[in-house]
Formats: sequence, structure tokens, C-alpha cells
Amino acid sequence: MTAPVLVDYADVVARYEPTLGLEVHVELSTNTKMFCGCPTEFGAEPNTQVCPTCLGLPGSLPVVNRTAVESAIRIGLALNCSIAPWGRFARKNYFYPDMPKNFQTSQYDEPICVDGYMDVTLDDGSTVRVEIERAHMEEDTGKSLHVGGATGRIHGAEYSLLDYNRAGVPLIEIVTKMIPDTGGRAPEVARAYVTQLRDLVKSLGVSDVRMDQGSMRCDVNLSLSPTGSGVLGTRTETKNVNSLRSVERAVRYEMSRQAGVLDAGGEIVQETRHFEEQSGTTRAGRRKETSEDYRYFPEPDLVPIAPSAEWVEELRGTLPEKPWERRARIQESWGLSDEELRDLVNAGALDLIEATVAAGAPAGEARSWWVAYLTQQANTRGVELDQLPITPLQVARVVALVASGDLNNKLARQVVDGVLAGEGEPDTVVEARGLKVVSDDGALIAAVDEALAAQPDVVEKIKSGKVQAAGAIVGAVMKATKGQADAKRVRELIIERCT
Amino acid sequence: MSVITLSAAELAGRIQSGEVSAVEAAQAHLDRIAEVDGSVHAFLHVGAEAALASAALVDEQVKAGSAPASPLAGVPLALKDVFATIDMPTTCGSKILEGWRPPYDATVTARLRAAGITILGKTNMDEFAMGSSTEHSAYGPTHNPWDLSRIPGGSGGGSAAALAAFEAPLAIGTDTGGSIRQPAAVTGTVGVKPTYGGVSRYGLVACASSLDQGGPCARTVLDAALLHEVIGGYDPLDSTSIDAPVPSVVEAARLGAQGDLSGLRVGVVRELGGEGYQPGVRASFDAALQRLEKLGAEIVEVSCPHFEYGMAAYYLILPSEVSSNLARFDAMRYGLRVAEGASAEEVMAATREAGFGPEVKRRIILGTYALSSGYYDAYYGQAQKVRTLISRDFAAAFAKADVLVSPTAPTTAFPIGEKVDDPLAMYLNDLATIPTNLAGVAGMSVPSGLAEEDGLPVGLQIMAPALGEAVMYRVGAAFEASRLADEGALTAPEVAR
Ligand SMILES: [Zn+2]
Repeated sequence: MTAPVLVDYADVVARYEPTLGLEVHVELSTNTKMFCGCPTEFGAEPNTQVCPTCLGLPGSLPVVNRTAVESAIRIGLALNCSIAPWGRFARKNYFYPDMPKNFQTSQYDEPICVDGYMDVTLDDGSTVRVEIERAHMEEDTGKSLHVGGATGRIHGAEYSLLDYNRAGVPLIEIVTKMIPDTGGRAPEVARAYVTQLRDLVKSLGVSDVRMDQGSMRCDVNLSLSPTGSGVLGTRTETKNVNSLRSVERAVRYEMSRQAGVLDAGGEIVQETRHFEEQSGTTRAGRRKETSEDYRYFPEPDLVPIAPSAEWVEELRGTLPEKPWERRARIQESWGLSDEELRDLVNAGALDLIEATVAAGAPAGEARSWWVAYLTQQANTRGVELDQLPITPLQVARVVALVASGDLNNKLARQVVDGVLAGEGEPDTVVEARGLKVVSDDGALIAAVDEALAAQPDVVEKIKSGKVQAAGAIVGAVMKATKGQADAKRVRELIIERCT
Repeated sequence: MSVITLSAAELAGRIQSGEVSAVEAAQAHLDRIAEVDGSVHAFLHVGAEAALASAALVDEQVKAGSAPASPLAGVPLALKDVFATIDMPTTCGSKILEGWRPPYDATVTARLRAAGITILGKTNMDEFAMGSSTEHSAYGPTHNPWDLSRIPGGSGGGSAAALAAFEAPLAIGTDTGGSIRQPAAVTGTVGVKPTYGGVSRYGLVACASSLDQGGPCARTVLDAALLHEVIGGYDPLDSTSIDAPVPSVVEAARLGAQGDLSGLRVGVVRELGGEGYQPGVRASFDAALQRLEKLGAEIVEVSCPHFEYGMAAYYLILPSEVSSNLARFDAMRYGLRVAEGASAEEVMAATREAGFGPEVKRRIILGTYALSSGYYDAYYGQAQKVRTLISRDFAAAFAKADVLVSPTAPTTAFPIGEKVDDPLAMYLNDLATIPTNLAGVAGMSVPSGLAEEDGLPVGLQIMAPALGEAVMYRVGAAFEASRLADEGALTAPEVAR
């Protein structure tokens, strides 16, 4: 295969109009799977979270997970969708080893959420309305690991290992309508939409939306038409776009690639392409000789989903403040600049800081802990900020201990280290490591006297009125007490003893 | 009277009174199976050890004087090999599941165990319940105890033959288009297809999900009613199961046995009779109508004009669902695997080629075609419309009659081999039973006598609206009591060994 000719991006934008479409799969974080009672936890030993139903054993039957339906409805409502009062699941039939029944139970022509929209804010503050065609429920497949062979794909593999832990995990697929007229901003719109959708879904508490773990997956549909032609081009569907940055890169690359094909007088093939994270390019999937016919028909083992209007309204009442509205509110009340806010958001610190504030810490202290010391700790460990083994409640407790004088800043960091090391709650760490500030005079006087005796020249200076010289003695006492002394009290004692 | 010829109700009474032990009852039936099943071949698997152990538990309870687990505690039963059993293989009559032991019990299995019923073993059936003769079992046909050269009906021929041969007083079948009722008719036994959703399908290996229904089989209407109440009722593991109390069919059967049907209207479906029905079947049906009238019922004629499309609709819906339900048999997780070492796709194809019989393949191909894009509306879509029309026909008919009646099957048992190569002729056996499955209403077959020309049993089909089983059992029990009083029990000749 010859390497694709890529057209310079500015040139593409000058001569072509992109039409964008995005399909996002969100894995719900329900306790149990879509149609059975198995746990959904990520990372368990292979094939330990399975039962007759999600293994598709003969005779097994599905039962719809009410919480998954609830999550689907809440996502739909948050996206301003209409909720269908009645709808059936369908079977999508195809053979693949990681599909236990060799059909996927999915909603096909009767999705639960239809016709919504989301206003997406771009970096310059302008907004684009992205219309939502549908959001529907389906079950995830198992995972295949193809061993041997060069590509890691089933073809050419020596053997394959199958893990059905993921089989039957509930998914919501959110499909946009065609997004026209984004011009050169198509990559930015795509990224902003997926980012905002991720934040929205996260705020609903229905999914981890971790693109790196596959709990949020994105497919990018893109076509080009010559500017002003009004003719919709043939689209490609790029799969495996697994980070926000990749969404942007995939759109940009497909625009350049498709323009190259069109410029050469070629035709765009309607096909599935795969995004290559390393190179930032897309490659064509294996071409099938015949187009796949999924032989959809209504799932006879399930009864229709018919959410009552009362239930839908009840769920509407549970929708939290939209994340972007919340951000605007926080920005105002904390007095943050746009840049400061963006830094907090990008660091993933906003929720954590807000929760810390909610637990009683002043906004300034909460912010400083999360963006400074804890961000540093997260970077050292190579994890996201919210994956650190410390909770906003614990941070708030440390802040409170500093405020009450029980800890100074240095000790506070040691307490946080203890919590991060799994030594328990802040108070437990204080106790166990013996980190309390020493303000007990008895212990301090002995240390002060020792320091004074060691530096008689300094004592003379203090006695002669050079009070600032006391700093040297304070330093010596702090050193001797391993930083646990209450520095203020030490200074008072030095002055007392020298006058 | 020996233990094996007793009705389940009588046997249960003797077990409770201590006159017969459950272990003796189980052993007597196991002995009978050992004696005749070589000729009948009703069973694919006999679980003697587990059966005796289960019976011993019942005897302990009787000795301790504790209340029986159910009115059928200690009574032996033959279970169609389509229900998952944790302690026995479950093959569905197919090579593709040869030796497969499910890691779980079907809800029906679990309810039988909880009721203290002794499960003797698993009965033969047409592969994946597709057939009307049990000739499509991968493990060889079952023989009709009335004439071993003839079929016992299907797909549940094993269960029906076990009853007729006194290998068990109770059995469980499944009915997708007549698989309980037609075998009952041709073996002179009683078989009930409950309302769709009346008996849990969890653990029943699916043929066609929207049509399948498990149900009781017995030699008397009362026995079927007692068993119906054990297995029936809501199951949260089956989304299509009905969340309503099981109709009081035992009470209805006892009431019916008193022989008074006055005030009840019995509808004769004009479209289910006449041409294509064997003369002896027609004669038996006419006699049945006279008997019902004599019992006080009012006979009315009803018309169900869309029943004539039932067969066509059924043979689109069933294969469509089959093609999808049977896709899971792919050698990846359980069951047969051939072409080990080849690619996954090759293993799947080779296993399905080797593991499925011709009738199953025929229906998978039909269904795959009917669901294909471009054909869906013309086939599956149209068939669903017919289904709605048939439901409307039933609704209109049930406005005029409390129950509907027809011959259960158009002919008596035919010789083994006669129709096995002629699918259409085979399909016609279910002409009268298919409409109830399409509409999800209830139906049963009760013996109505012997056909004059061949001396083989004929069945009377009684149909009732959804959850209308009580009136159906009442009519069935009244008819049975009256016929027994006049003609005596239909007992198959002693099986030649
Ligand atoms: Zn499961």
C-alpha cells in the first residue's frame, strides 16, 4: 500500500468543508452488568466475573439492570434528549469469539434517548451547538488477547485468550447528528465536545469515563466536501480514538488524508479506519468481501422498556448542576482568572478542591494542597490526581490540624505522606508517627536551655537587646526537636530565659 | 395395582401415609425403565443414584412426620432433556451438546427439587425441540409404546412415551408449536402448554424464545394440574414470566371431575378440522363434542380466519429466533469442538457442521434468510402481523366461548420413517396446535379415545385465554372423568421387549 498524500491543513481548510460526526461509548459504572448480577469492576482476574447469563450458556436469560436504564435516562436528560416512552432491545447478530451468544443485545431502531443537543464552548469562548441523534443502551463484549502474529489481531495469531469479565457490562452509545460548518475548527470542536461530554457524564456519577481504561471510547466520522459544493462527501469511521488529544489529531489527520485522495481525483472509500496512537495516523481496517448484515430483530427474551413520565421527571430532578455552569460559579466565588481556572480543570483538581472546601477547608488552603504538594506527589507516582490514595475529607482534616496549631506545614506534609502511604486517617498518622507540634513547656525549656548553653555569645546579644538574634537559637531548638516544636512558643521562651 | 400404574396423586398419597416409600416408588420406576426402555428409548440419561437419594430425603421427612414439601413429594418424574440440570447432562437431543453438564439448574428443575419430586432422568427429544416425531434426536428415535414401529410425537416424544410405558407417572415437556400436546395426543396421555410466561423459561435451552413454554405431562388431568402448580409462577430470572398468581388448576380439575359443565360455552374452531384430518380422528372429535354437550356445555361454532396463515408465520418466526438462539453453539466455551488447531472461524464452522442435524440446519438457514436485510419486512415483519391477527381471532373467539376445542393432531401416530424426509408433511402435524403458541394462550391435550381404523390414541385439544387455565382444566377433567366412566383408561399394550 502506498503512503497517503497528506494535504497541508491550512490548504484543506481553504478548499474543503468538513462534516463531523462522533459516536461515544460510555461504560456505565453500575455495580452489576446490563443483564445479570455479575460485578463490573475493572481489572479482576480473567473470567472471574461471569455467570450463565453473561457467558451465554444454554438456557440462560437476560434481565435488564434498572440502574443502567436509570443512568441512560439521566445521560439523555442531561443532553436535552426526549426519552422514549416505550422501546425494545434488539439482537445484533454476528459471530465473534468474544461475544458469548454470538449476538449483541442492543437498542437498534428504538433507542431510549433521542433528539438532544449540547452547547460546546471552544477555547475562545464561542459556542457550537452539537445535536445529539440518539443515546442507546447495549452490552459490552468480552476481550480477546491474540497471541503470536505480528499485528496483535486475530488474523495471523497463533492462539487467542478470551476474558468474559467485560461481557455484558452496560454501555451507552451517544451518537451526534452530522456537525456541519465547523471549517478549520473541526478538530477543536471534536475535542471540545468529547471533553465536555466526558465532564457531563462524570458529573452524573454514572461512569468513570476513563478513556485510558476504555470506559469511554470514541469513534470519529468524517467527510469532506469541496467548499460551496453543497455535496456531502463519503465518510470514514475512525475507531480506537482513545484520548482527548487523539480525537483532535484523528480529525485533523483524516481531513488531510481525505483531501489528498480527493485532490488526486480519487474517491473516499466508506470504511472503518483505526487510529494509530504512536504516529497520529489512521489506517484502513480489514476490508470485508461482503458487507456485514447484522440481521437485527427485537430481542424476544426481554420485555419492552417503558419508563413512566413520573419516573423520567423524578430522574430529571436528580440532575446535578452542569459542570461548565458549576465552573463559572466557582470561578466567581473563588475569584479565579480564566487561566487559573483552566489550570485547575486541566490538573483535574477542581472537583477535589471543591470537595475539600465542602469538607470545611478554606478555598486558598485547599487549592494550594491540591495544585502544589499533591500534584507533585501524583506526578512522582505517575497517576492522576484523583487516583492518589487520599480523599478531600482527609486533606481538609490536615488543613484543620494546621489551623488549630496542632501541625505546622512541615509536619502536615509528613501526615499527608503517611496517608498516601496507607497508614490511615490523618489523626492516626499523627498519633503513630508522633508528629504533634510540641508546645509543652517542660519539654521545650530543656531544649531551649541546652541551646542557650551551647551559644553563650548569642545569649549575650539577646540580653543586650538584639532580639532578632534569637532566630539562631530557635533554629537550633527546631533542629533538636526534629521540627516538632512550636516555633512561636520557642521564641517566647528564649526571650523569657534571657531577660 | 402395582406402584408404576398408580396416578401421581394416588402414589403421593401412599407415600405420605407411609404405605409405599418414595425410595420404593423410585426403584419400581427405575426397574421399569431397565425393563422396557431398551425398546422404547424414552430416556437419554437415567440418574438412578440421585433419584434414590432424593427419594430417601422424602422418606426421612415422612418418618419425621414433617409436612410434605409439596403434594407430589416423592413422586418420580421424567424431565425433558432441554432443561438445565446441574447433576445430569443436558443435550437437547443434539450432538453439539453431548455430555455437557450445566453449572446451574433451570428454574423448573429447581422447583421440582424443592417440591421433593424424584427426577428419574432426562428424556429424548427432537434436536433442540425441532420436530414432531422425536426422529430428529441425534441419539436415535423414541418408540411409541402403543406400537413400537410408530413415532411417539415430538418434540417431547420421550416424555410422552415414558408416561405411556409407565416409566414415570409425571413428566415435563416444552411446547413451541405443539411439542407437549401432539405427543400427548398420539400416546394417549395428558399434556398442557401453559399461558406464555406462566412457567419460567430460565434454564430451558431456547428453541424459539417467543414461543417456547414448559409445561406438565401426566396420565391424568389432575396429575397435570398438581404438577402445573409446582412448576408455574413468576420467576424474576425470566423477564417474560408473568408476575401473577398461578391459576388454581388443581381446584379446577377437582371441580371438573364432578362432571358438570353447565353454563360453559365450548367453541369449535371451524378452521381446525375437516380436510387433512384422519377419519378416526374426526370421529373421535365428534364423539367428544357430544360428550361435552352431555356434560352440560353449550357447543358454539367460532371462526378464526387467520389461523390458515399460522403455519406460514410460525415457520418464519421460529427459524428466525432459532438462527439467533443457536448461534452460541460455536465450540468456544462448551460442547462439541472439532477442527482443533484451526482458526476460530474454521472451528466454529466445522463444529456447527458436525454438531447440528439436518432439521436444525434447515431452520437455521431459513431463519438467517428471513432476517436478512431486504427480506426482514417481507418475512419476519409480515409474520409478526399475522401473529397479531391470530391473537385478535382468539380474542374474538373467546368472547363467544369460554374454551375452544379441536383435534390436537390431524392424525394418529404415524410409522417411524414415514415423514422424516418430507419436512412439509411433518410440519402439518402441528397445524392445530401452532396458533396457541403464536398468541401465547393456553392449550392442553386430553385423550379422547382410539381411532377406529388403527386403534391408536386420539387427543382432544382444549384452548383457553391467557391465564385462563382453570376453566381449561375444569373442562379437561370433566371430559376425562366422563370418558373414563364409559370407556375406561387408555392403556398401551404391554411393551414387547
Ligand atoms: Zn453474569
